[in-house]
Amino acid sequence: MTEYEIVIGLEVHAQLLTVSKMFCGCSTVFGGEPNTRTCPVCQGMPGSLPVINRRAVEFGIKTALALGCRVNVLNRFARKHYYYPDMPKNYQISQYEEPLAEHGSLEIEVDGALRAIGIQRVHLEEDVGKLIHEGNLETALSSQVDFNRAGVPLMEIVSKPDMRNSAEAAAYLRGLRAILVYLGVCDGNMEEGSLRCDANISLRPKGEQEFGTKVEIKNMNSFRNVQHALDYESRRQARTLEDGGRISQETRLWDPDRAQTVSMRSKEYAHDYRYFPEPDLPPLQLEPRWVDEIHATLPELPAARRHRFARQYELSPYDADLLAQGRGLADYFEEVVRVHPKPKVVANWVLNELLREVQGDDDKALAACPIPPRHLAGLLALIDDGTISGKIAKDVFEKMYRSGEEAQAIVAREGLRQVADTGAVAVVVDQVLSAHPKVVDDWKSGKKAAMGFLVGQVMKATGGRANPALVNSVLSEKLSRL
Amino acid sequence: MMPTGLTVHALAERFRRRELTPSEVTRAYLSRIEALDPQVKAYLTVTADQALRLAAEADARFQAGAPRGPLDGVPIALKDVLCTRGIRTTCGSKILEHFVPPYDATAVERLLAAGAVLLGKLNMDEFAMGSSTENSGFFPTRNPWDLTRVPGGSSGGSAAAVAADMAAVALGTDTGGSIRQPAAFCGDVGLKPTYGRVSRYGLVAFASSLDQIGPLAKDVEDAAIVLQTIAGHDALDSTSVDVPVPDYRAALKQGIEGLRIGIPAEYFIEGLDPEVEAAVRAAIQVLEKLGARSEPVSLPHTEYGLAAYYLIAPAEASSNLARYDGVKYGLRAPRARDLIEMYSRTRAAGFGAEVKRRIMLGTYALSAGYYDAYYGKAQRVRTLVRRDFQQAFERVDVIAAPTTPGVAFKFGEREDPIQMYLNDMFTIPVNLSGLPGVSIPAGFTMAGLPIGLQLIARAFDEATLLRVAHAYEETTAWHERKPGLEGKPR
Repeated sequence: MTEYEIVIGLEVHAQLLTVSKMFCGCSTVFGGEPNTRTCPVCQGMPGSLPVINRRAVEFGIKTALALGCRVNVLNRFARKHYYYPDMPKNYQISQYEEPLAEHGSLEIEVDGALRAIGIQRVHLEEDVGKLIHEGNLETALSSQVDFNRAGVPLMEIVSKPDMRNSAEAAAYLRGLRAILVYLGVCDGNMEEGSLRCDANISLRPKGEQEFGTKVEIKNMNSFRNVQHALDYESRRQARTLEDGGRISQETRLWDPDRAQTVSMRSKEYAHDYRYFPEPDLPPLQLEPRWVDEIHATLPELPAARRHRFARQYELSPYDADLLAQGRGLADYFEEVVRVHPKPKVVANWVLNELLREVQGDDDKALAACPIPPRHLAGLLALIDDGTISGKIAKDVFEKMYRSGEEAQAIVAREGLRQVADTGAVAVVVDQVLSAHPKVVDDWKSGKKAAMGFLVGQVMKATGGRANPALVNSVLSEKLSRL
Repeated sequence: MMPTGLTVHALAERFRRRELTPSEVTRAYLSRIEALDPQVKAYLTVTADQALRLAAEADARFQAGAPRGPLDGVPIALKDVLCTRGIRTTCGSKILEHFVPPYDATAVERLLAAGAVLLGKLNMDEFAMGSSTENSGFFPTRNPWDLTRVPGGSSGGSAAAVAADMAAVALGTDTGGSIRQPAAFCGDVGLKPTYGRVSRYGLVAFASSLDQIGPLAKDVEDAAIVLQTIAGHDALDSTSVDVPVPDYRAALKQGIEGLRIGIPAEYFIEGLDPEVEAAVRAAIQVLEKLGARSEPVSLPHTEYGLAAYYLIAPAEASSNLARYDGVKYGLRAPRARDLIEMYSRTRAAGFGAEVKRRIMLGTYALSAGYYDAYYGKAQRVRTLVRRDFQQAFERVDVIAAPTTPGVAFKFGEREDPIQMYLNDMFTIPVNLSGLPGVSIPAGFTMAGLPIGLQLIARAFDEATLLRVAHAYEETTAWHERKPGLEGKPR
């Protein structure tokens, strides 16, 4: 049996977080009554002309620099033609031969191994509108079109065919998303479509230099779907090749319900997009000084931050990676550590407790978190000085999250202060020992596991407030004297 | 003289002296349109009520002693390719027969802000594709000098309306000669400004890299007044250029002593109507008598201009016209079974033969595998044509040539598209180079048909262009001759 190598390249479309659209002043805010966020330009009215959104270009440059691309100070928009009712002009203003930026790379880590994935190009374009069908596409008697989304700025980031399995593709996508979110140029939401991913995948016999016939896969609106679709498709292609078949160049859709890819259109129906330079826009000449200024304002990027977290805070690579994925979460973590300089403890609380509650790891999600970093530091301080146990602290954390109160206030009001008085603990221990003579006998006869049961009984009797270390020592002492 | 025979600057003077009011003049124009347009057929839409309202507002400004400038109260008309808010804008096409734009073109907005009174929208070749107005989706316009002949095109309605005194001045658009050629055929002054001088926002695109808006006027000073009003950078058009707009009227009076005028041999070729050649050569002598020096220049790539144009313009048109699909506005063919059928039926019913021809040409020229051979090569030719002019303008200030190889022809006389295209061979290179050009009346044939002299200047040097045109006009009387339509039977 031939062993195949999988070759994957990704095309990612990111909706940019600009206030206005790519070529007009209309709002980019999602939603609104159909066709209310439109004007003659984004409706493709006769006589209207596009004007480039400077902020979108800035976001494009930012991303390109973060990906180590060469920014083309002279780049150009082009028209891409095809007919579809969601596209007001029946051409999309995009970039073709002279994109905004080229030749970058993104470092990914899979199973501890680092790999650089090449970035072919970064370019800007406009989004299309949305069709609303009565029923489904095949049976609808009529369809309507909403141009609110038409003209929203999109950035397309095309990788080189450098990925060799679905895990690498997923890592690339996560890494790219993290950068976009860090830069504040995209909200990275795949489910809502503000980050979209298409994949090109082909197989070739191991050792072969030539690429095999590639298939494009669309409609994967989550990281999980991307990975599943690529796994499915690589198996499908391998099976076809093993059966002596040939792969046809085509576009396939991922059907998440049936967990398979389905043929959409073959190459014979491939569009001739008839690209040509957009005559309504002069070539975009970037001021090199502007590009330098943008470069100077780039924040610390996820990869750099991950390495620093691992080094400076002595975290595991896994924890450092999770913490650095979202800029909001990473900032939060560092805020807590500044007040409570025990990075490993803080990392555990942030990753285990905080992320259980907070939806997302970006600025917005963390800004909405009812426990600000200072409050979490306050809670951890209470554990440290023995006021509460770690177990109680988890309950307090939940109460803090629901009420927005500080730990101190909750502990005081609910009397959760840890019982650290030897005398008080001894009284409870005596009660437990006399209530469970059989267990005590077991212990005496060498069943050391009985100790655990007795500790549990003491904790139960104190409502979990007893200091576990103290319970252990008092119990051991009493048992040894029996 | 009837008020409708007056130039814009003469009207402004009468308004100022309270000898006429904008309302009087507007009413005179509306009744003249009513009387003569059934013969000429220049108008697609007459906006009488709005015109009278705007005129009354202008009256009030003059009464208050606060007119807005030389266009205040002046009745104008627009080629129907310029968007007008609330007034249908057809582009001479069935596909946009009922299209009412929600906004004004920038040039229109500027004219209205200057107080101009809009009389209506003028006929044209469909989507500005043509040289005779025979390609209008509605009806052809007739030449006021001879109703059996075409007025030229594509701004034929504009040229005819001004020549027949059915508008004081009109706006046209010029992609390959569409202002200058009909101006020559109808005895108007027709000015195509430098590409980028006037905002194209609201001009329904035919070929975006070539289209430019300009005036068709009764004399050079009127053209200068209109250009002054519509010129200048517009944030809504990224191809409009942010360079200073000089005082054009002041420039008119400077004379042309010592100016160097280039005569391109390539524009005096076999096939040029001898009467046209004689008139143009006589005009050059007039300019020499006024103190200008003429010298031969060479524009060696002229002959390739036409071929390059008929790849670039249709390529851009095929793209610009893709939006007319029946989905959003304009015509939608009924009873289509599916989307593709709706597209094809709508476009089959909505577009005329010439528009379809150019869409097909352009689509082909941009297709994968043909792009380099056609569109790419045409762009390289365009560069060569542009370089010809650059080199010539190192030696001369203005180039003088015929506007067209012949005069107005009869309806149906140019059925072969190539014969029709040849009409624009002297105007097209100017568009390919983005330069300003003007056609001014320079005589009449024995049969009484107008002949146009074309002047071409450096980019953004409309001042020199108008200065030479004005000097010529001052010493000749061609522009004062009127077609005398009133005597003709309907």
